[in-house]
Amino acid sequence: MPPSAPLQPGGGSPTAIAVPPEQAVVPWWRDRRVVPWLVQGAVVLTVLLLIAFLLSNLIRNLTAAGLLLSWSWLGQPAGFDIAETILPFQASDPYWRGLLAGLVNTLRVVVTALVGSTLLGTLLGMASFSGNGLLRGLTRVYVEVVRNIPLLLQLVFWYFVVFLALPNGRAALQLPGLVLAKSGLYLAGFGDGFRWLGPQLINGVWQAPIRFSVEFAALLTGLVAYSSAFIAEVVRGGIAAVAKGQWEAASSLGLSWLQTLRRVVLPQALRVIVPGLNTQYISLAKNSSLAVAVGYTDLYSVAETTLNQTGRAVEVVLFLLGAYLAIDLFISVLMNGLNHLVQIRER
Amino acid sequence: MTALMRRLRHELFATPADGLITLVLLTLIGAGGAGFLHWAFRQAQWAVVRVNSTLFAVGRYPIEQQWRIWLLTALLAVATGITWGMLRAHPRPDRGGELWPRNDRIASALLLLLALLLPLALALTWAIQLRWWLITAALLLARWLAGRFGPLLPPLAKRLLPLGLPLLYLLGMVLIHGGLGLVNVPSSEWGGLLLTLLEASFAILLCFPLGVLLALGRRSELPLLRWGSVLYIEFIRGAPLITLLFLGQNMLGFLLPGGLAPERVWRAAWVLTLFAAAYLAEAVRSGLAAVPRGQLEAARSLGMSLPQAFASVVLPQALRVALPSMVGQFISLLQDTTLLSLIGLMELLGTARTVMANPAFLGRNAEVYFTLAVLFWCCCAALGLGSRALERRLDPAALARSG
Repeated sequence: MPPSAPLQPGGGSPTAIAVPPEQAVVPWWRDRRVVPWLVQGAVVLTVLLLIAFLLSNLIRNLTAAGLLLSWSWLGQPAGFDIAETILPFQASDPYWRGLLAGLVNTLRVVVTALVGSTLLGTLLGMASFSGNGLLRGLTRVYVEVVRNIPLLLQLVFWYFVVFLALPNGRAALQLPGLVLAKSGLYLAGFGDGFRWLGPQLINGVWQAPIRFSVEFAALLTGLVAYSSAFIAEVVRGGIAAVAKGQWEAASSLGLSWLQTLRRVVLPQALRVIVPGLNTQYISLAKNSSLAVAVGYTDLYSVAETTLNQTGRAVEVVLFLLGAYLAIDLFISVLMNGLNHLVQIRER
Repeated sequence: MTALMRRLRHELFATPADGLITLVLLTLIGAGGAGFLHWAFRQAQWAVVRVNSTLFAVGRYPIEQQWRIWLLTALLAVATGITWGMLRAHPRPDRGGELWPRNDRIASALLLLLALLLPLALALTWAIQLRWWLITAALLLARWLAGRFGPLLPPLAKRLLPLGLPLLYLLGMVLIHGGLGLVNVPSSEWGGLLLTLLEASFAILLCFPLGVLLALGRRSELPLLRWGSVLYIEFIRGAPLITLLFLGQNMLGFLLPGGLAPERVWRAAWVLTLFAAAYLAEAVRSGLAAVPRGQLEAARSLGMSLPQAFASVVLPQALRVALPSMVGQFISLLQDTTLLSLIGLMELLGTARTVMANPAFLGRNAEVYFTLAVLFWCCCAALGLGSRALERRLDPAALARSG
């Protein structure tokens, strides 16, 4: 290498001495090719050391407690009952069936609340653009009240104050095809032999083809009331993002307010709304884990009981995290698909 | 008057359908309001709140040590007053240097009214009512003094004054926890609003630096840092808080060498912090995305080092953009502290549960939940208001006008 040739920074070999001062070798601690990797290496090393420390403790402590990772306990009989299940489950069934029944219960409340809060939230979001000042104001008040009160507080309110105060028997709240009593929510449906059957009072006890427990009803009401306020804000943001000229053009074509919304504004607003809905749906799914506060046996509640009985903290926590992650991912994939559908295709 | 009538008519009775909607809504509001008033004044028995007000405030904090909480409240009131006064004394373009603008007069009047009426409504003893009056008086006095004499302070003192706030926080920890010659009060005896605010403030203060670091990591060009941050953020955001709290309570004992695991209150506080940091990182990231690349490049070409450029050019702009969503996260963090009641901590909701388990107050759920809801609503709404005021203050257009 001739001494006059410019040296690449960082190519510093110990023999490169005869260099003019202005072309001096960049020392390795200022080399742009070295420093980033040093920084990363330091951070990764710290994190790895931390993880190794925690894991070694975990293994040592678990060995001491005789609880080393194993999944064989999943096959043992659970010994607890679940009040309300879609999957048939009894105390003699193994733990894995209990956890599965809990998961199905979670999915049941998530799917129902998802539909309910989307409907209510969209209505509320549309109402915040109504010409009626009172309606607009009330929507605003609803959103501000609901969003500033913790969900858990709202859930226990619905359960202990509203649903557990309902009367039983003849005094229950009765509408055509629907009865709301302290013992549950009864809906008309197809009974034995596909006959349409309404709720009936038999010996002081309500009977109907479809029955939901008050726990489920309270959880559903609370989740729908809470999520719909957030969804209303998403919908409102989406509608507000549609240019004002679209409204004016539609109404000058003679479309009514509702027609304008349905045919012109909402289809354009959807591309802004769908990503926001994704976030809200995921937090709805996660919020459903608060079911334990109102006595509805969901996934978390079964997992808690399982942990208390078996002491298998690590396995139960891993299962819980994995299950909720899977639900979130599933919702995300669905919503991303929907997002592709509603994106404006320009040609 | 006619203008008002015309406006009302336009807003409420523009078309027959609108008129119908208005009438139906008015009937509903009237019925709901009447029902609520009937419940609040005729049926509700507020004794459950009145008798347990100390429990709701500080939980089972020992009575003979409660003077420490009073002292802390008084110090906080004075600090609030000084901050308020100093902010007002700072000249601003949209305010004519008035010491008591209209909003401040309204706020002071509301504060006085609250200080007079609330202790009375709770039927506190006269000695305790007097303490609340004195604390309120101290707040307003500090505000007046700071507004009047604050600008006369030497510049160095003005710059050192904000350091008082972190010092006050540490002092508050000592007052609550004990140490430095004070009797130790174990964390299992903290409760009520005290514990709620403690957990929320701890998590808010610590999740902020963590969240900023995670957001910078996620936008970093170094692949290992970026993927590490993404992994952490998405893992935390994928799990419900309750499962993480559950993890903290049940697995932390296994993860740390025996005896090193913190007490239950602090375990929950750390889980809240780590949880909130992931969400805050996403808020900060959206702020960082709003700062044009040229800003960083310009700062670098001026010879600033990377940390310098971020600290004095990029982050100030990014955090200003991210402010509303960050405060939104803080508000939900405050609300999330209620989940601690599910793992057996005695914060506000946990205290409420023990109160209602008392046979003397069986079935008084509505009164207790209503009180808690009002309390939470006020705290969250106040945070939201503060955030909007700060946004206006940091608005670049307003800053440019003030020169």
